[in-house]
Amino acid sequence: MAVKTKKATPKKSNTIKLKFDTSWDYSPAPESKSAATINKQYDLFINGEWQKPASKKYFDTINPAKEEKLSEVADANEADVNKAVVAARNAYEKVWKKMPAKERAKYIFRIARMVQEKARELAIIESLDGGKPIRESRDFDVPTAANHFFYYAGWADKLEYAFPNRRTEPLGVAGQIIPWNFPLLMAAWKIAPALATGNTVVLKPAETTPLTALKLAEIIQEADLPPGVVNIITGAGATGAAIVNHPDVNKIAFTGSTDVGKIIQRAIAGTSKKATLELGGKAANIIFEDAPLDQAVEGVINGIFFNQGHVCCAGSRLYVQESVAKQVIRKLKDRLESLIVGDPLDKNTDIGAINSRSQLETIHKYINIGKKEGAEMYESSCRLPGKGFFCRPTLFTNVAQSNRIAQEEIFGPVLAILTFRTDDEVIEKANNSPYGLSAGVWTDKGSKIFNMTKRMRAGVVWANTFNKFDPTSPFGGYKESGFGREGGLHGLLPYLNLVN
Amino acid sequence: MPVTKERIVLPDLPTGQAGFSLSPRIDQVGVEERASRFTKRSIKNEAKMNGLKLVLNMIDLTTLEGKDTDGKVKQLCYKAMHPHDAVAGIPTVAAICVYPSMVKVAKKALGDSGIKVASVATAFPSGQAPRDIKIRDTKYAVNEGADEVDMVISRGKFHAGEYNFVFDEIAAIKEACGEARLKVILETGELGTFDKVRRASDIAMLAGADFIKTSTGKIQPAATMPVTLVMLEAIRDFYYKTGKMIGMKPAGGISKSKLALHYLVMVKEVLGEDWLNNEWFRFGASSLANDVLMQIVKLETGLYQSANYFSVD
Repeated sequence: MAVKTKKATPKKSNTIKLKFDTSWDYSPAPESKSAATINKQYDLFINGEWQKPASKKYFDTINPAKEEKLSEVADANEADVNKAVVAARNAYEKVWKKMPAKERAKYIFRIARMVQEKARELAIIESLDGGKPIRESRDFDVPTAANHFFYYAGWADKLEYAFPNRRTEPLGVAGQIIPWNFPLLMAAWKIAPALATGNTVVLKPAETTPLTALKLAEIIQEADLPPGVVNIITGAGATGAAIVNHPDVNKIAFTGSTDVGKIIQRAIAGTSKKATLELGGKAANIIFEDAPLDQAVEGVINGIFFNQGHVCCAGSRLYVQESVAKQVIRKLKDRLESLIVGDPLDKNTDIGAINSRSQLETIHKYINIGKKEGAEMYESSCRLPGKGFFCRPTLFTNVAQSNRIAQEEIFGPVLAILTFRTDDEVIEKANNSPYGLSAGVWTDKGSKIFNMTKRMRAGVVWANTFNKFDPTSPFGGYKESGFGREGGLHGLLPYLNLVN
Repeated sequence: MPVTKERIVLPDLPTGQAGFSLSPRIDQVGVEERASRFTKRSIKNEAKMNGLKLVLNMIDLTTLEGKDTDGKVKQLCYKAMHPHDAVAGIPTVAAICVYPSMVKVAKKALGDSGIKVASVATAFPSGQAPRDIKIRDTKYAVNEGADEVDMVISRGKFHAGEYNFVFDEIAAIKEACGEARLKVILETGELGTFDKVRRASDIAMLAGADFIKTSTGKIQPAATMPVTLVMLEAIRDFYYKTGKMIGMKPAGGISKSKLALHYLVMVKEVLGEDWLNNEWFRFGASSLANDVLMQIVKLETGLYQSANYFSVD
């Protein structure tokens, strides 16, 4: 085809629209399901073996992208929880506590390597069960989970260097309850430091996404970890409550909603149980006029649409300096159009399925609230699959600080955009939230970065980037985002007593 | 010849954005991360075939050597018109890119095929010559029949902060081009930072470039995805400000189909449909064409053929 050269006359600025629905489209590129094995039914992993639940009950776990049943898993009741805690206690007293630290490390290294070896299968199951795009489970969830095991395995026999001149003691049995947004990664965040410090574990994955934790149980079994050191049991809220209330559990580690976090804290009041709570968030992502705008826009997109916005540290409140607001919003809208929403198993999918019907309803509820509050909604024009729980990536402009969509955690692909004029104003507004998990600052000026990070009341503050995780870096919140830190050297402390 | 101020029509820019001294900052880490994200797209089956044909159709088949002869250029022109006649339905390339002395030969060889002749000019590749010589170089190429002129900017002046000099020079060459489309080569490998690439892009577009182009191919590194991304974003911002479309041409260092498809992904997701054609996007390359042909044949037949089945010129 020869080159066309029509004499192009410049268009009027207000009629300009880039067209992202192009004649050259990507063909489907689905990851094959055949590389993953999912059993028809899963029992409870207690004392190194698969045990039938005392409740005799099972519940379904579904693929949120197809609304089809994937498997059924045991519903652990109080008796099952007790069995798991007893197994963990025995393993702690008789084996794990006494084992030389370097031997403990060997087991954790082995788990890390096996997670790597089974990376492809784990990624596929994570996407099937949770709805997240395969690109993310393949490139982020699974490798980061393996890295956490590697990192904490290294600490196991070096605790005396982590806390110089102090002797450390494990706590005993750790009860761990994890959410549905990063099922395998959260299991790794919880299990790795607990084992490295010499504790034993009873872990409960979320009821909508239990499969990768159960795959991890298979890995742990294959790794020949002594029976009872890690017990993985499935169930809903009642099972979690039974773990929290069990008298022989020494430590509760919980990641999830602030409401449940408050219930847990009430339940353990007056006991000697230690706790770390990693709860909700409503992170402020702040763009100054001197920021690298295109990179900031990309950071905002990753900050809110990563994992469909099911991220506790998601940058869900965007503050843009007024002088660049128009430009930034225009760039965000263009970027929204090039995001691909669809089948989580397709390698080109950017935004997969919402984790459950009830979460989709929550998101829709907030979108309606936002419209009623008078904010202006803009959503991507993408087509959604006919079946499954999907939501278009959505922006709200003209949002006021007092709007509920700017104050409450939506936990979905919905961004609230606010504007500001001065540094002091934006710091006040950013800190004006019951949460304080994370924040982002975009500016080309180094001094401004330090000024901002010092004054932000948030556990993690990213500068000119967002949603970056590394096992060496601590993570945790201020205010109603919880307390205690996970990751890094700081992540060892919640699983230890320092004596002397 | 100095360019008078009246001749330069500065576009209507929002307050605070007037002039190129306020080009937006570029964050290197962010650009590299975004560029690598495009390489994660999986291009299969029909998308791959269509993409490969599009890539071939966007190539400026290039020979820029001191040892170029009429014979070599004629052969290259035949290759441009008939990339691989053994397979039906293969498009031609977009243009032939040669030195000014070869323009006439190329023009004659290409006849009415519709394939353009692009000529480098302005003391290519260094640009180290007085302006009047650059203008004569340009006029010579155009008089010989060049449809497009690929000029180089004065990188030394640019590094010295003499942006007005660079601007005026581009404007003067644009005027010398007449009807020919002007591609402005920034030689990004010599600019050093993305901030400078962005500023040079803005200067070129404001001064009248029809295309901005990364490299001469004589300096390493030549085109890279991050550098091209910075320039595509400059084009997008300019389009929104002025309503004027500017073309993009990465050149040098793109010799494999897979990489070329990643560039196509980048164009699709940054600028969209309007730029996905050879009027607004080109690859400056010499060996890319044969790799694309090899992949097309592989998709058609399921078998890779050896390089011996594809003509070198």
